[in-house]
Amino acid sequence: MEGEIEPVDCASASKPPRLEIPKVPDDSEKPIAIKRLKDVEICVPIVYGTMAFHLGRKASESQSHRWTVYVRGATNEDIGVVIKRVVFQLHPSFNNPTRVVESPPFELQECGWGEFEIAISLFFHSDVCDKPLDLYHHLKLYPEAESGPKSTKKPVVMESYNEIVFPEPAEGFFARVLNHPAVVVPRLPAGFVLPTPVPIDSVHGKGRGDTKNHPLSHWFMNFSEADELLKIASARQQVQAHIIKLRRELNMMNGLPPPPNPASGHDYA
Amino acid sequence: MDAKDILGIPKTQLPTTQEKKSRPQKEPQRKPDGISREVYALTGGLAPLMPSIDVSQLKKRPPSDEKITWQWLPFTNSARKDNLQLYHWVRVVNGVPPTGDYSFAKYNKSVDVVKYTDEEYEKYLTDPMWTKEETDQLFELCERFDLRFIVIADRFPSSRTVEELKDRYYGVSRAILIARAPSPTDVSGHPLVKDPYNVSQEVERKRALSMVLSQTKHQERKDAEVLAEAKRITDSRMASRAAEEPEMPVASHVGSESADRAVVLGDTVSPSSNIQLPSATVVPSTSIIADSASTLASLRMLRVYLRTYALEQMVQAASSSAGLRTIKRVEQALQELGVNLKPKVPTKAVCAEHLELRKEILTLLNLQKQ
Repeated sequence: MEGEIEPVDCASASKPPRLEIPKVPDDSEKPIAIKRLKDVEICVPIVYGTMAFHLGRKASESQSHRWTVYVRGATNEDIGVVIKRVVFQLHPSFNNPTRVVESPPFELQECGWGEFEIAISLFFHSDVCDKPLDLYHHLKLYPEAESGPKSTKKPVVMESYNEIVFPEPAEGFFARVLNHPAVVVPRLPAGFVLPTPVPIDSVHGKGRGDTKNHPLSHWFMNFSEADELLKIASARQQVQAHIIKLRRELNMMNGLPPPPNPASGHDYA
Repeated sequence: MDAKDILGIPKTQLPTTQEKKSRPQKEPQRKPDGISREVYALTGGLAPLMPSIDVSQLKKRPPSDEKITWQWLPFTNSARKDNLQLYHWVRVVNGVPPTGDYSFAKYNKSVDVVKYTDEEYEKYLTDPMWTKEETDQLFELCERFDLRFIVIADRFPSSRTVEELKDRYYGVSRAILIARAPSPTDVSGHPLVKDPYNVSQEVERKRALSMVLSQTKHQERKDAEVLAEAKRITDSRMASRAAEEPEMPVASHVGSESADRAVVLGDTVSPSSNIQLPSATVVPSTSIIADSASTLASLRMLRVYLRTYALEQMVQAASSSAGLRTIKRVEQALQELGVNLKPKVPTKAVCAEHLELRKEILTLLNLQKQ
């Protein structure tokens, strides 16, 4: 996944990404202008969702499930390199419904009985982006099928795959995450000079931020783009075949002189 | 809670266990206290939203000190000229009937139509197109029908158009107004003097209005398309121009490139829509590219976004020229092909392919229309 060549939108690969230097802000605290890389996209694939275990005999009326809501890297790498903290906004019936998680793994465990929508706000490091990104996830406690006696061993898992895209990343950010496994970074042309990366101060000195050996990792869903790509490619082939067939038929029909068009006398413009 | 207990402990042979098993799992498992289970099942555990009204409060009326009777009394209407006397029920308070005119008399309003004398006519109002009799008739009708020109035109003895009648009426009123005014400056603020009635403009306006209203669906769609196209092009031009401002001249290349592309495409649209091309796919595809360019530009403005959001924006841009029905058909086609409407694994490649697929389906649908 590293070093994937970015198909640049409008320029050929030989053109170096341009630098955008915005006007110096009036704020005297930041006299240094941020250099950004145009036509370069940094992408962080993530998976976010919930996992709920029924408490079985230990369940009470108000707490029938123990569930976890989390945001993880799609390949279980440490996304703390990009994300500084995550704020989970729970249902108002919880104590302190605004829960802040300052270090990876970005997750939260709670007990409850009801399903509701959880708002997840991702806050990035200062050199990445100063605006948070919001995600929404519906907490699912009950499985689709009626499975009879509920198992306390098998959780109800609901995960969504998505990718965070930074369209014009700052040079410093780029340099810092260049070789990190959680981040998809395009290859820059040879000879491009980047500043030396400045490590960000992270809260989690000890403990790992990746989720590869997470206790629940064997319940994580697998997201493979290959299946979807195949499906879409075959669909496209079918549609393209239809189009060719129709175009051929139309051309044959249009071999005759075109019928008089009743609307052709209208020239309002 | 009971349901769980019953399910967890098998063989408590109550017939109710069967129903409880099939109850949908989504009910919260709180045991209801204070209300019976049936009520709970009906209301779903929520309290009624309306505060209940105390019935004894409803029919109380304030005790009144006055003696009120209702009497059948005659009345006259000042709006009538014939002194007709009718009867109606009247609310009499302590033996005193209400005073004042009939309450609906105040609605009898009419327009002040100018009245000119014969001399004034001779002096100011003669007109080669209008005889005095005609003008008099016109004014009489105006007064009678409160300036409802459609009715007046219908009743007018010789056939004149509404615009001609209006022109004559307003022209005469204006001339009289100016003639009677002590000095020209007094009346110069009057709307009749400031903005005189313009016959040719009115005729033209009504003609254009009727043309617009009688457009066929086909023409309407075409006009809407062209207008939307023009708007998109100006928007994308403005977006790229706004993006250019804070950047250095070096960087402005990229902005103007996309703007140039949009401009080039925009120029090709107008001539092509005049020439009736056999393949209608040219027009939608060029407008789609112009749209996508502006969407890409606006996405680049954001510092961060989700891949799914970007896909949604691009899909919207691509189907902006399509109606709601077409969009539904695209979604139907996707389902038939076994493709998720929203990709389960939205990577860059998957999203790009998905977008292309949608565009191809649109092309196919457009072709099928022919």
